Amino acid sequence: MTKSIVTPRGQKPNRISAGRIILYSVLVVAAVYYLLPLYVMVATSLKDLDQVREGNIFAIPLRASFDAWVKAWDTACTGLYCEGLKVGFWKSVQITVPSVLASIAIASVNGYALSYWRFRGSEVFFTILIIGSFIPYQVMLYPLVIITREMGIFGTLPGVIFIHSIFGMPILTLLFRNYFAALPVELFKAARVDGAGFWGIFFQIMLPMSIPILVVAVILQVTGIWNDFLFGVIFAGTKNWPMTVQLNNIVNTTQGVKEHNVNMAATILTGLVPLTIYFVSGRYFVRGIAAGAVKG
Amino acid sequence: MSDNNSIEIKDLKVAYGEVVVLENMNLEIGEGEFLVLLGASGCGKSTLLNCIAGLLDVKDGEIHIKGKNVTWEEPKDRGIGMVFQSYALYPQMSVKGNLSFGLRNAGVKKDEVERRVAQASEILQIEPLLNRRPAELSGGQRQRVAIGRALVRDVDVFLFDEPLSNLDAKLRADLRVEIKRLHQRLENTMIYVTHDQIEAMTLADRIAIMRGGLIQQLDTPYNIYNNPVNKYVAGFIGSPAMNFLEGTLTPGEAPVFTSGDLSIPMAGYGLTQTLGTAPMQGVTLGIRPEHVLFGDSASSAPFSREVVVEVVEPMGADTLVWAMIGDLSFRFRVEGQLQLRSGDKVTIGFDPARGSMFDAEENRI
Repeated sequence: MTKSIVTPRGQKPNRISAGRIILYSVLVVAAVYYLLPLYVMVATSLKDLDQVREGNIFAIPLRASFDAWVKAWDTACTGLYCEGLKVGFWKSVQITVPSVLASIAIASVNGYALSYWRFRGSEVFFTILIIGSFIPYQVMLYPLVIITREMGIFGTLPGVIFIHSIFGMPILTLLFRNYFAALPVELFKAARVDGAGFWGIFFQIMLPMSIPILVVAVILQVTGIWNDFLFGVIFAGTKNWPMTVQLNNIVNTTQGVKEHNVNMAATILTGLVPLTIYFVSGRYFVRGIAAGAVKG
Repeated sequence: MSDNNSIEIKDLKVAYGEVVVLENMNLEIGEGEFLVLLGASGCGKSTLLNCIAGLLDVKDGEIHIKGKNVTWEEPKDRGIGMVFQSYALYPQMSVKGNLSFGLRNAGVKKDEVERRVAQASEILQIEPLLNRRPAELSGGQRQRVAIGRALVRDVDVFLFDEPLSNLDAKLRADLRVEIKRLHQRLENTMIYVTHDQIEAMTLADRIAIMRGGLIQQLDTPYNIYNNPVNKYVAGFIGSPAMNFLEGTLTPGEAPVFTSGDLSIPMAGYGLTQTLGTAPMQGVTLGIRPEHVLFGDSASSAPFSREVVVEVVEPMGADTLVWAMIGDLSFRFRVEGQLQLRSGDKVTIGFDPARGSMFDAEENRI
């Protein structure tokens, strides 16, 4: 055995081992693999139709322009109307915003009540709610069509908002219940001794501590509802079709030339909202909002 | 009902589903008394406190505070303030917000809120912290704020649920004294739950030692220490714990306790019950380590014996020594300056009259 010349002392030197190199190579390949479709989409959307017809999808756009984007937004035809995606965009906004607000408002109160104000049968109630999330949508579609029709909201914006709020309930309630259950129960007790009631504790103590879970719920709901196609096409009515339905109509138009560049631009535009939500809200996932409430 | 009682608990029963935690609990707490509920975890002491606070529903029985039946009252209407182990400060409110939350809920006028917050923060010396958030405070400061939150409510009864358990040893000792000072200044009734016998002994007017939902002994710290009613209490109170010798008690003019080849004359022991004539089996004799005599005074004690030192634990002020008596590992406390080594032969002795004897059912004889 030879004695090592360098005596180990201080910080251990960083050595790049063969394992590391393999690891990073695999990661790079995986990243490229997943980013490639995005590149194709962006590149194609910037090309003009002539270059698209050449058929080389990996080629760099020669005469890059946003013409296809403008067309997708403003004048692309969906069936009879040629007003672009903007119509669907605004409809999607009109559907998503109230649905997200309503479902989170109800589910947070549900979760709060289920974790702090146990009532007789609250566990049964919770179990039923959870089972609800396992039932396939298809089973419930027709009954829901009848229910909304009887309520007079079938084929309207309130109708589709109602449906989205209901379907968000199980998972969101579970989310909020578990979050509240993890908060120190002594906070709740202290607030009760301090004379705060059901709503007082909810709004003054619990909600301000719920920012992380609210962000999670918003992300979940915005992406879910924005990306929804099925409920939109069934419950919203033809005048209120959301962006996803409109996108489908643009891409699947059988008349005339296939405008791949416009289709790509329309697809990116549709996906932009969830994407933005992810990028913007990531930094709000701040841990330790509750830090300082308990222990030292 | 006596007018001097601040709190009365009658036939209280608490159960979680089928599990009965407290049953037939009766307790009277005097005006201005400092009562400590002491016991190992799971003994029902926190449950009892939560019932008094109104945070737990009772199955049966009544709770009276200040002569008023509050069994069905909400916590806020009971005239209590509570301090929790985890402090339970509202993290998104400033210290001032924390202190005034209860008052704002009660609709107290703004200048009155200001006055009471100022007064409480003066008593607890937290004035410089009023605008900080709980996250910016140390553990000791947080607990002061938590006490302050109870203080501003201007209540008759203070409830403490292991308030010092999260603090380090030094802070715990400091705050312990402060709580005692606070009690002397305010003269409120205080109920204090802890598993720390030092806290119990130092703070309490009376201690209730609980086990399995039952109060084993309710008495002054002095009496609990000197005359424990049963073996559990004897073993629970005192640090280091009491030595227990198992053996037989032969009654008579001069009762004798025998254990193995040991024969200890029990003359002078204050019996609490009249004994039969037959020897009693399964008797335990308990001797506190600090009541064991050492050296010259040991030889003149009613019982003395030479033992071999096994382990020495110096603690500065005094030293704890372990030695074998018969087959029992026996501990005793000697003066801290004494230099003992493992293997030394020393004479120890004790006055059995200062010990405690328990029968086979573990009750005091």
